[in-house]
Amino acid sequence: MSKIHVTTSVNGDPTEFLCEADETLLDALRDRLGMTGSKEGCGTGDCGACSVTVDGRLVCSCLMLGAEAEGREIGTIEGMAEGDTLHPLQRKFIEHAALQCGICTPGLLVAAKSLLEKHPDPTEEEARYWLAGNLCRCTGYDKIIRAVMDAAQEMREAS
Amino acid sequence: MALDDKQQYQTREFKVVGTRVKRPDGVDKVTGKARFGADMSAPGMLIARVLRSPHAHARINSIDTSAAEALPGVHAVVTRADFNEITDDDFTADILDNCMAGDKALYDGHAVAAVAANSPAVAKAALKLIKVDYDLLPHVTDVDAAMAKDAPVLHEGRTNESVPDGMSPNVLARYEFGHGDIEAGLAKADRVIERTYKTEATHQGYIEPHACLASMGPDGQADLWCCTQGHYMVRNTCATIMGLEQGQLRVTASEIGGGFGGKTTVFLEPVALALSKKTGRPVKMVMSRSEVLRATGPTASSSIDVRIGMTKDGRITAAFAELRYQGGAYPGSPVEFGSMSAFAPYDLENVKTVGWDVVTNRPKQAAYRAPGAPMAAYAVESAIDELAKGFDLDPLAVRLKNAAREGTKASYGPTFPAIGLEATLRAAKDHPHWTAPLGENQGRGVACGFWFNFGGDTCVTLNITPDGTVTVSEGNPDIGGSRASMSMMAAEELGIPYEQVRTIVADTGSLGQNEVTDGSRVTFAVGLATIEAARAAKREMCKRAAMVWGIEEDAVKWEDGAAHPAGENAGKHPPMTLKDIAAVASNTGGPIAGHHEANPEGAGVSFATHMVDTEVDPDTGAVKILRYTVFQDAGKAVHPDYVEGQFQGGAVQGIGWALNEEYIYGDDGVLQNAGFLDYRIPVASDLPMIDTVILEIPNPGHPYGVRGVGETSIVPPLAAVSNSVSEAAGVRLTQLPMSPPKVLSALHSK
Amino acid sequence: MVQVKIWGSLAAMTDDQTEIEIEASTLRELLDGLAGKYPGLKPQLDRGVSVAIDGRVYNDGWFTPIKPDSEVVLLARLKGG
Repeated sequence: MSKIHVTTSVNGDPTEFLCEADETLLDALRDRLGMTGSKEGCGTGDCGACSVTVDGRLVCSCLMLGAEAEGREIGTIEGMAEGDTLHPLQRKFIEHAALQCGICTPGLLVAAKSLLEKHPDPTEEEARYWLAGNLCRCTGYDKIIRAVMDAAQEMREAS
Repeated sequence: MALDDKQQYQTREFKVVGTRVKRPDGVDKVTGKARFGADMSAPGMLIARVLRSPHAHARINSIDTSAAEALPGVHAVVTRADFNEITDDDFTADILDNCMAGDKALYDGHAVAAVAANSPAVAKAALKLIKVDYDLLPHVTDVDAAMAKDAPVLHEGRTNESVPDGMSPNVLARYEFGHGDIEAGLAKADRVIERTYKTEATHQGYIEPHACLASMGPDGQADLWCCTQGHYMVRNTCATIMGLEQGQLRVTASEIGGGFGGKTTVFLEPVALALSKKTGRPVKMVMSRSEVLRATGPTASSSIDVRIGMTKDGRITAAFAELRYQGGAYPGSPVEFGSMSAFAPYDLENVKTVGWDVVTNRPKQAAYRAPGAPMAAYAVESAIDELAKGFDLDPLAVRLKNAAREGTKASYGPTFPAIGLEATLRAAKDHPHWTAPLGENQGRGVACGFWFNFGGDTCVTLNITPDGTVTVSEGNPDIGGSRASMSMMAAEELGIPYEQVRTIVADTGSLGQNEVTDGSRVTFAVGLATIEAARAAKREMCKRAAMVWGIEEDAVKWEDGAAHPAGENAGKHPPMTLKDIAAVASNTGGPIAGHHEANPEGAGVSFATHMVDTEVDPDTGAVKILRYTVFQDAGKAVHPDYVEGQFQGGAVQGIGWALNEEYIYGDDGVLQNAGFLDYRIPVASDLPMIDTVILEIPNPGHPYGVRGVGETSIVPPLAAVSNSVSEAAGVRLTQLPMSPPKVLSALHSK
Repeated sequence: MVQVKIWGSLAAMTDDQTEIEIEASTLRELLDGLAGKYPGLKPQLDRGVSVAIDGRVYNDGWFTPIKPDSEVVLLARLKGG
């Protein structure tokens, strides 16, 4: 078994890793790079806990091969805060108690950030449909949606 | 232990409790730093994978692991032969058999062997080299079919003394609760209905699959890191299975990615320990989602007959239910709790329930939030609703007329103390939701629910640091914000700001025994222990102040975070704050701490009423949830956000159970939907906001009046949604889930 | 003597009575008394029970006091999720 050498960028850092040909980007992030913020809830693209961005596009990292990261820009939850300043979404998730166990939280935050980049002023329905690929079993989504809508408003007012 | 008076509820003004502070694990969880079960690694670690039975029921003649063991990179293979048999403890013997099959595979997904290798790819390849010689046996997965006399038999000799002769050996236990005379009561009714209801098995559906990292040495010491609702339970169970002394096995609970009862037992941990023992290396195991669905959880499926009589003015004259639950391949379906809780919300002269615990070729059921109660409430609340509507009576008024209250003799035996059911019903009746207009194809449903709650073994240690901040160590994994709640109660009791306290979940070496995070017990029991630990620390701090002031200990009182002279005779001394006392701790006797170990009882039962509007699409049978309101008694909401979160989360799990979720078995006994695509839990776009109304009827058994809130919220929604859909569809539905094909077929049968 | 209410399916072990009398002033004496007077109850007592005393549920506390006029009800041992 010869591994594949991948040169990529993760949260702006130039990064290299070796991975198996059939290894997912999620496994490469978690097991090769020690970036365990992205979670595996299903491995089949149904739960969204492994959400990352690839060249700005929201993807399930369990559905993409590690080798496909070659030359791409990967964004993960670990890159969401700037230094010690939380992203408004991160802050609002804490303020609104939009997490209980927190396992879905990284994926939801990455997905919600992607939503607000494309649609800074979403309706509640748009937010619910955009986040429909991110399963949460604890909250019933109520406080998550409130946090996203509140963060969207704050970000609009700040821009 | 009887509670002493100070542990009873006393009215007080709260300063911290009841506010919405930020959770201590918030930043870690929004930045990806929080470490869950699968996030831990160890130097030299091996990865293990499990081989699972593809058959629903099969005799295992032999397992040939030689080819797998010969594969380069494989370090060990274990089968049941690697475990000592447990002969004196059926409960743990069943857990072991569920972790690793013995002479029979009892369900699709049952573990038969496990491999530890130097990479996941090698472990996976090795599984394919293990040869298992099976003899297929006939199987049964349906509860009613399993009770038939000629049904395939899972176990001989497990039936207990409560089961009458002549039944299938799959029927393991019978329960009967109630009082009065059912037939005499029914004779007084103006109408009696008899219905049969069915619910499917549903999974707890936590997003984090089971995971652990085990390290065991030849010296008999072992360490285990895992996601669990109770690491003390993991320690004790694994120690029994592995023949270890409990004190030699240290278990650390990771952050837990949801549990809902499903992580109150072990699946991987003994296997990881056995592999670590055999290889001398740390071993990590993580389940896939399909393994989670095939081999852990779910809750029981049920088949329930209900007979209820009612007078035309809405008084229930008699109520009977017979409940049949299959709990998978081992004893222990939660049918006794279904039987005890089914009619608990009502004050009934004549009431009886009969419950049957049945085994089938399915995974061993695990507790799921108020285990056994939601399906029982579904059947009972559906029948009551049908009777009320048949008489053209207001369903809330009918429930109020029959509601259990202080002094009611509960259907399961005891007399209720002060309870909150009527308060939830009145709040529901007064809420604008109840009178909001409905459109075409829309309906509104209500239902009530009940759960017991309990206490259990609990330890808390509260340490005062030299700079006068406070650390609290507790032994219960934080599943919904309990670290925040403990810090709040400690701060409240000590009279200091919340931010001055940090609570951690300590490993099994750091505290005495702690019951699992279950039974809605943590805010109640760990909260009580935290308050008592804080009181012990306060007594010690008053003592230290007395030393400094040169007065008697009992001449010092604690107020607003400081020791004060208790009165004029104590002399004039400026107050010593917690920080002041901490600063001189070394000079006054050494470090200051308070601790409390107890088995608090008196958790206080909990009631809820749920109200839901739905719309049924007459062309597709699809159901849309339009509006949902939860009314529940919390005793005292320590952190209202997290109480609301429990209400909302429970309601939505119940909505999933009512509308989408089900275990689907083929004729071959194989689970057909072992993934989140086909086992569909509710997603954000399925739902509206979930409104909540928190009622606070103090629990007399807790110093702040706290009641458990986590479980009751899943009890009413199955029936509330079904009552709503039945009204919207214009036809009564009696089976869950109310998936589009079932609703459509009901619409066509009108 | 305290009056103990047991659940219906246990009555087969107590000559069909669901209310039985036991000499007991603590929970431990109650459980021992039940097993001694009605050996048929022992398997269930060994599997585990909870006991409601005056409306409050106890799982374990042997020395929980029971007054002669207390309402005592045997329950299936409570578990949770």
